[in-house]
Amino acid sequence: MAVNEQEILAGLAEIIDEIAGVPADEVTPDKSFVDDLDIDSLSMVEIAVAAQDKFGVEIPDDQLKDLKTVQDVITYVHKNVS
Amino acid sequence: MRVPKPAAGARILSFGGYQPGNVVTNDDLAAVMNTNDAWIRSRVGVASRRIAGPDETVADMAVAAAGKAVAGSGVPVSDIDLVVVATCSAESLIPNVSATVAARLGIAAPGAYDLNAACAGFCYALASASDTIRAGTARHVLVIGAEKMSAWIDPADRSTRIIFADGAGAAVVGPVADPADPAGIGPVVWGSNGGIADKIHIKDRKSFLFQEGQAVFRWATTELHPTALAACERAGVRPEDLAAFIPHQANLRIIEALARKIGVPRERVADDIINAGNTSSASIPLALARMTERGELVSGMPVLLLGFGAGMCYAAQVVTVP
Repeated sequence: MAVNEQEILAGLAEIIDEIAGVPADEVTPDKSFVDDLDIDSLSMVEIAVAAQDKFGVEIPDDQLKDLKTVQDVITYVHKNVS
Repeated sequence: MRVPKPAAGARILSFGGYQPGNVVTNDDLAAVMNTNDAWIRSRVGVASRRIAGPDETVADMAVAAAGKAVAGSGVPVSDIDLVVVATCSAESLIPNVSATVAARLGIAAPGAYDLNAACAGFCYALASASDTIRAGTARHVLVIGAEKMSAWIDPADRSTRIIFADGAGAAVVGPVADPADPAGIGPVVWGSNGGIADKIHIKDRKSFLFQEGQAVFRWATTELHPTALAACERAGVRPEDLAAFIPHQANLRIIEALARKIGVPRERVADDIINAGNTSSASIPLALARMTERGELVSGMPVLLLGFGAGMCYAAQVVTVP
């Protein structure tokens, strides 16, 4: 599945809206999950699981802790998507 | 050689629950550590929990819960052949809790053993009790989940102290005489994943409980619902026909995520954790006892139990409300 970063952002925004109730248009690459979007560690796990279902990219817990911003997730998914 | 005459089935006859009197609110915790009510509620869903006194033992709580269950069952103690206590927090390993509890309840010389499947313990014990009765090895079995988790929690560890609590729940299990009687305890679906057992552990008797919250959350919300659905399938009960879903009261967010995946509406899901905390093996029978007392569950209703926890042990079964 070839996806570009814009498509990953759109997909991620949908997931974050559903799980954390953050409106999709507030999910921009520079946003920090914890500081800007008020997303806690358990919601991050839910987002990672949903992202795996959507993009087919597993984000293990030891990687997840290093993904601080929306752009970090986009880059990780983009790099690992097959 | 003769072998026992099997019973047609086994069913739960009664429940009993016990919680210590000492209520610890989120504000009480906020006074002694860096946390607050809103934070705790949003992370784990607990508003208050009960913590045993320094001299209150696992056996004390087990006796209190089991006494109610035995009284409610109408079964004379002389007809109870086996006592099983599911616990992972006993003060010492010898003697076991179950023999002590049996003696204190006046049950003379039953089989007695403790079972450790951590937070899945009650479902494991219930399955073992059901099979023991079906096999004809015991007439009635007293099944208890009893825990003093607070004894194994680091008072300075916010992540575990806000969740775990103390208490006990019990059930008397007896035979179903008529094979046509639909009441009973459905087939258990159980398993474990020792490969990731380090995610919840107590290193040794001088250590406190450690839990890797994110990993446990991921495991519980992604790998357990097939077990619950399989238990429904094996019992021949559709998830939409369940009167209630009573998962181990681990964390309200895990509970709600599981309910969504299984397809049980929120109003039929046990949320005893809000005012009981996570009492490990006691959480399911405590929730059952409370829901029965409040009239939320009526005799004959099918409910789904799902226990899961350390070892990464899990078990599910559908049971009929007594």
